[in-house]
Amino acid sequence: MSELFPRKQVMGFVFSLVLTAAALTVYFLDVSFAVGMTILLATAFIQAAVQLVGFMHAGESEDKVAIYANIYYGIAIALVTIFGTLLILVWDM
Amino acid sequence: MDYFDRFAIPHPSPAIYASMVAIGLTVIAILIGLTYFKKWSYLWREWLTTVDHKRIGIMYIIAALLMLFRGGVDALMMRAQTAVPDNKLLDAQHYNEVFTTHGVVMIIFMAMPFIYALMNFVVPLQIGARDVAFPRLNALSFWLFFMGAMLFNISFVIGGSPDAGWTSYFPLAGNDFSQSVGTNYYLMSIQIAGIGTLISGINFVTTIFKMRAPGMKLMKMPMFTWTALITNAIVVFAFPVLTVTLLLGTMDRLFGTHIFSMTNGGMDMLWANLFWVWGHPEVYILILPAFGIYSEIISTFSRRNLYGYTSMVASIVIISFFSFLVWTHHFYTMGQGPLTNSIFSITTMAIAIPTGIKIFNWLLTMRKGKIEFTVPMLYSVGFIPIFTIGGVTGVMLGMASADYQYHNTMFLVAHFHYTIIPGVVFAMLAGLTYWWPKMFGFMLNERIGKWAFWFIAIGFNVTFFPMFFTGLDGQARRMYTYSEASGYGPLNMLSFVGAVGLAIGFALIVYNVYYSTRHSSRNIGSDPWDARTLEWATQTPVQSYNFARTPHVDSIEAFWDYKKKGQPLFKGSIEKIHMPNNSGVPFIMSCIFFVWGFSFIFSMWIPAIITTIAIFACMAHRSFEKDDGYYIPVEEIEATEKDSEVLADENR
Repeated sequence: MSELFPRKQVMGFVFSLVLTAAALTVYFLDVSFAVGMTILLATAFIQAAVQLVGFMHAGESEDKVAIYANIYYGIAIALVTIFGTLLILVWDM
Repeated sequence: MDYFDRFAIPHPSPAIYASMVAIGLTVIAILIGLTYFKKWSYLWREWLTTVDHKRIGIMYIIAALLMLFRGGVDALMMRAQTAVPDNKLLDAQHYNEVFTTHGVVMIIFMAMPFIYALMNFVVPLQIGARDVAFPRLNALSFWLFFMGAMLFNISFVIGGSPDAGWTSYFPLAGNDFSQSVGTNYYLMSIQIAGIGTLISGINFVTTIFKMRAPGMKLMKMPMFTWTALITNAIVVFAFPVLTVTLLLGTMDRLFGTHIFSMTNGGMDMLWANLFWVWGHPEVYILILPAFGIYSEIISTFSRRNLYGYTSMVASIVIISFFSFLVWTHHFYTMGQGPLTNSIFSITTMAIAIPTGIKIFNWLLTMRKGKIEFTVPMLYSVGFIPIFTIGGVTGVMLGMASADYQYHNTMFLVAHFHYTIIPGVVFAMLAGLTYWWPKMFGFMLNERIGKWAFWFIAIGFNVTFFPMFFTGLDGQARRMYTYSEASGYGPLNMLSFVGAVGLAIGFALIVYNVYYSTRHSSRNIGSDPWDARTLEWATQTPVQSYNFARTPHVDSIEAFWDYKKKGQPLFKGSIEKIHMPNNSGVPFIMSCIFFVWGFSFIFSMWIPAIITTIAIFACMAHRSFEKDDGYYIPVEEIEATEKDSEVLADENR
C-alpha cells in the first residue's frame, strides 16, 4: 500500500499550510514593516517553489532540464530587471 | 447626442473626413463583393475558421503587407511635411499623431506579424511536423493580433489617434497632457495584440521543443528554426512586462491611479523604464528571425553549408540574454548617475560582439561559394553593409557621454532605421520572395524583383543617410517643422526624394505580385531554388498534413544530403494521419475582444462587462468541448501523393 500513498503530495500540502500560517503571523504579530515584508516575500517564493515542484510535477518528466532551465532563466531576468530598476530609479538617481 | 460626442475627432481636417469616406466605401465594396461572388461560406470555411499553420501564416502576411502600406503612407506624409522649411501641409497635432501611428504600426502591426507569418509557415515544415503544438491557440493568436491592429487603425476616424510617440512616455501620455482617447487606443490595442503574441511565443517554444522529426537533435535544427526558438523564448520573458506596463498605464488613465504621475507619490520615470525593459528585447525579437532567414538564404545561394553553425547558435543565445541587460541605453539622459550609465554602456557595446560574429560567419559562408544573385540573395547581401552602418552608429549611441549629443536627434532616427529596415524589412522581403513558391506555387518575377530591390536599397540610403548629418547639426526628432535659417532644408528635401524612391520600390513589389500571378510558370516542381532544408521536401502546394511520411533526420542538412548523397529521408509506410478540426471560436472570441477593447477605450462600462463575461464564456466553451480532431485515411493520402507524383512527372 505504501507506494500508493501520495507521500510527497501530502508532505507538500502540510508544508504549504505551514508556510501560509507563517505568512499569516505578520498580521497578528506586531513586527516592523521591513521584517513583515521579508517574511511575506520569503514565504511567497518558497510557496511558489513548493507548488511548482510538488504539485505541478516540474521535476518528474523527461523535459526536466528544459523546465528548470526555463525557471532559472526567468528568475535571472526578473532579478536583473528588479535590481536594474532599483539602481536606475533609486540607488543611483 | 451627448453620448455620441465622445466618438468625434478632436482635431478634424479634410484629409480625415476623406479617409472616413474611403474606409466606409471600402467596407461596403468588400461586403458587396463577397455577397456578389458568393464567397462568404468559402471565407468562413477555408480562412476564418482555419487552424492550419500555413493558412494562418498567409493571413499574417496579408495583414503585415496592409500595415506596411499604412505605415508607409504615414512615413511619406512626415517626409513631405519636413521636405521644406515652415511647411503647412500638416499641423503640429496632426504630425504628432502621424509619427506615433507610424511607429506603432511598423513595429507592432507590421514587423511582428511579418516575423510570425514566416515562422508560422516555415517552422513546422522545417522541423518535419504536421502543425504547431496548439493549432487552435495559433488561430487565436492571429485573430487577437488582427483585431488589435484593426482597433488601432480606426483610431484616427473615431475619437482621435494617439499622439505621444510610439514609446508613449507618461506623464506626457497621462490624462493631464493627452486628453483625447488616443492613448487609450494605444494601450488597449497593443494589449490585445500582445496577448496574441505571448500565446504564439508559448506555442512555438513548445512546438520546437516537442515536435521535431525523429533524429533532429537541437544542434541539427536549421538556423531559422533556431532563431525562431530563441525569439519566442524572448517573447515569453519580455511580453509579460509589456502586459503589466500597459495595464498600469490603463489604470492611470481610466481609473485614476497615480502610478506614472508626477504627484501623489507617482513615479514619473517608471513608464520609460518598464517600457524599455520590454522594448529592448523586442528589438531582438525582430532582428533574430531575420538573422535566421539570411542564414538560410546565404547558404542556399552560395551553395555552401553555413559557416560556423555552433558559433551562430552560441551568438544568438548570448544575444538573447544580453538583450535583457541593456535597456537603460534608451534613456541615458534621464538623470541617473554615471555608475548606471557606465554599466549599461558596457553591456551595450558587448552585444556588438556576438552580432559581429554572425556578420563574419555570413561573409565566410559566401567565401569560395558559387554565389547566385537572386532577389532574396540581393537583399541578404545588401543587408550586410547597411546593417553594419546601423551597428557602428549604434555603438556610437551606446557611449553614454557621447549620447548626450545624439539623444533625440535625427541621428538616432537614422540609426534605428539603418538597423530595422535592413534587419527586418529586407529580411521579410527576402524571406517572402524565397518561400513564395512554396506558399503559392509560382515564383515572383526576378527582373521586376531586382528593380524593386535597387529602388528600395538606393531610396533607403538617400532617405536616411542625410539624417545622420542633420541630426549631428542638431535637428531634433519629432519636430514638425523648422525655420529656413536652420539650414536643414536641402538635406530634408533629399530625404523626401529618397522616400519617394522607397515608395516606388514597394509599388513595384505589388506590381510584381500581380504580374507573376498572371504570367509566372506553375511548373516549378517542389524545390525551385535547389535549397537545403526540410520545407522543400514537401509537395507544392503543401498538403494540409505537410508530410505523408515523417522525415528521419540524420544530419544538419538532411534534405541536401538526401538529394546529393542519397541519404534516406522518408522511411516506413504511409499511415493514417491525425489532424485538428477547424474552429470558429478563435475568430468569434477575438471579435468580442475588439468590442471589449473599444468599450474600455471610451469608458463604456456596460458593454465592457458584457464582453468580459462573453470572453470567459468562450474559454469555458473550449474547456468543456469534446474535440478529438479527425483522421485522414491511408487511401486518401496515397491518392493525393500519387496525383502529385503524376504532376511532378509531367513537369519534368
